[in-house]
Amino acid sequence: MKLLTHNFLSSAFLKNVKIGYPLTLKVTSAEIVESEFDPDFTKRMLTKVEFPALVDAAKAVATVKPIEIPTEKPADWEQNETFLNQVYRLLNCVDVTAGELVCPETRRVFSIRDGIPNMLANEDEVD
Amino acid sequence: MSRPEHSGPPELFYNETESRKYSSNSHIIQIQYEMSQRALELLALPEGEKCLLLDVGCGSGLSGEILGDNGHTWVGMDISQDMLNVAKEDNDCDGELVLQDMGAGCPFRPGVFDGAISISALQWLCHANSKKENPKQRLLQFFQTLYGCLSRGSRAVFQFYPENTDQSEFIMAQANQAGFNGGLVVDFPNSAKAKKVYLVLMTGGMQRLPSAILHEGQNHDAVTNSERTRWNKGGPRNAKPQKGSRAWIEAKKGRMERQGKEVRPTTKYTGRRRKHAI
Repeated sequence: MKLLTHNFLSSAFLKNVKIGYPLTLKVTSAEIVESEFDPDFTKRMLTKVEFPALVDAAKAVATVKPIEIPTEKPADWEQNETFLNQVYRLLNCVDVTAGELVCPETRRVFSIRDGIPNMLANEDEVD
Repeated sequence: MSRPEHSGPPELFYNETESRKYSSNSHIIQIQYEMSQRALELLALPEGEKCLLLDVGCGSGLSGEILGDNGHTWVGMDISQDMLNVAKEDNDCDGELVLQDMGAGCPFRPGVFDGAISISALQWLCHANSKKENPKQRLLQFFQTLYGCLSRGSRAVFQFYPENTDQSEFIMAQANQAGFNGGLVVDFPNSAKAKKVYLVLMTGGMQRLPSAILHEGQNHDAVTNSERTRWNKGGPRNAKPQKGSRAWIEAKKGRMERQGKEVRPTTKYTGRRRKHAI
C-alpha cells in the first residue's frame, strides 16, 4: 500500500463514524521501490493530498525504514525541486507491505497484508 | 449462459482457480480491454489531463491497465482476495489495490477522485447473498459513498450486464437517490452478442448523455465534453502507440527498466510478427 493510497482511505463508511480520517498507520514492514521522479504526477497529487496526514504516515514508515520527511509544505512548493522529490518518494516509492490502519473514532483495526489494505467489515458494522 | 451472480457471492465465485482462468482467457481479456476503453471514453475526462480514477470491482486489474496505459493514476477496489492476488502478481498492474465490498461503501474521503469506472461488476450488487443482506440498501450505500468521494463535476461509468429492465431501473433509482444524474448508454442495441450496456452517472447538473454506438464500423463521434472544455496550455499531444506494436513494446520495456526491473535487450526480433501462434 503506497502512502498515496493511505492519504485517501477513510473509515466513514462504518456506522457511527463522522469523518473517519485520517486512519492511523502502523507499519510492520515496508519496502522502498525506487522509480523515476515524475514532477507532473507529484504536483497533481499535491493538490489532492492532505499534507499533515502524509507526514504522520511517513513517520510511521520511518520506524522501520529510514526516509526523508519534509517538515512543512513550503509556500513555493510548485518550484521547490527538493520538496517535490521528497514528496514523490513518499507518495510513490514507499510500499507498506504489512501493518494496520486504525479508525480514529471507533478504534477499529483494518489490517494490511501483502501490501493490500483489507477494509472488509461485518454487515452490522456498516451503515 | 447462466449468470454467475445467481450462484453465490463474488468472492466465492472468483476463487483462486477461477481468478487465474479469468485472467488468462484471451477472449475475456479482449472484451474487457474494449469495454474499458469505451468506459474511459464515456468518462469524458478533460483532454490530455492525467487524472486520479477509481476502478470499482477491479478484479485482476484488466480494466485498470487501460487507465494506467492512458497515463492516469488509479486505485482499484475488489471483494475477492484471489483476484487481487492475481493483479498484484501482474507486472503490468500499476494501480493501488484495496480489498473491500462495494456494497459496504467506498472507503475514501470526500472529493478525491476525478472519475470512476467499473467493468462487469455492478450486477453482483443486485443479489442478496445472505438473509441479512439487503440489495437496495447496499446499492444505495455504494452510490452514496461513491458520490461523496468523487469530485464535483466528475462522472462514474459502469459497464454491466442487466438481467432485465426492472433491474436497470432499480439501479438507476438508487443512483438518483444518492444524488447522481445520468442514464444508460447502450452500444449495438440490435446485436444480442455485441450489445453492451453502460450506466453513465454524473455528479454535476443535468447533462446530455453521450451517444451510443449503433452499428458495427460506425464512426461514432468522439464524446463531446460540453461542460469542461478548456484551453490546451501547450505541450505535445503524444500519440499513444498501438498496444502490441513494437513502439508499445519498447515503451513498456522503458517503463519496466525505470522501475528497476530486468529487461531483455531490444533486437531485430522484438515485436516481430510470427506466422504461427507459439
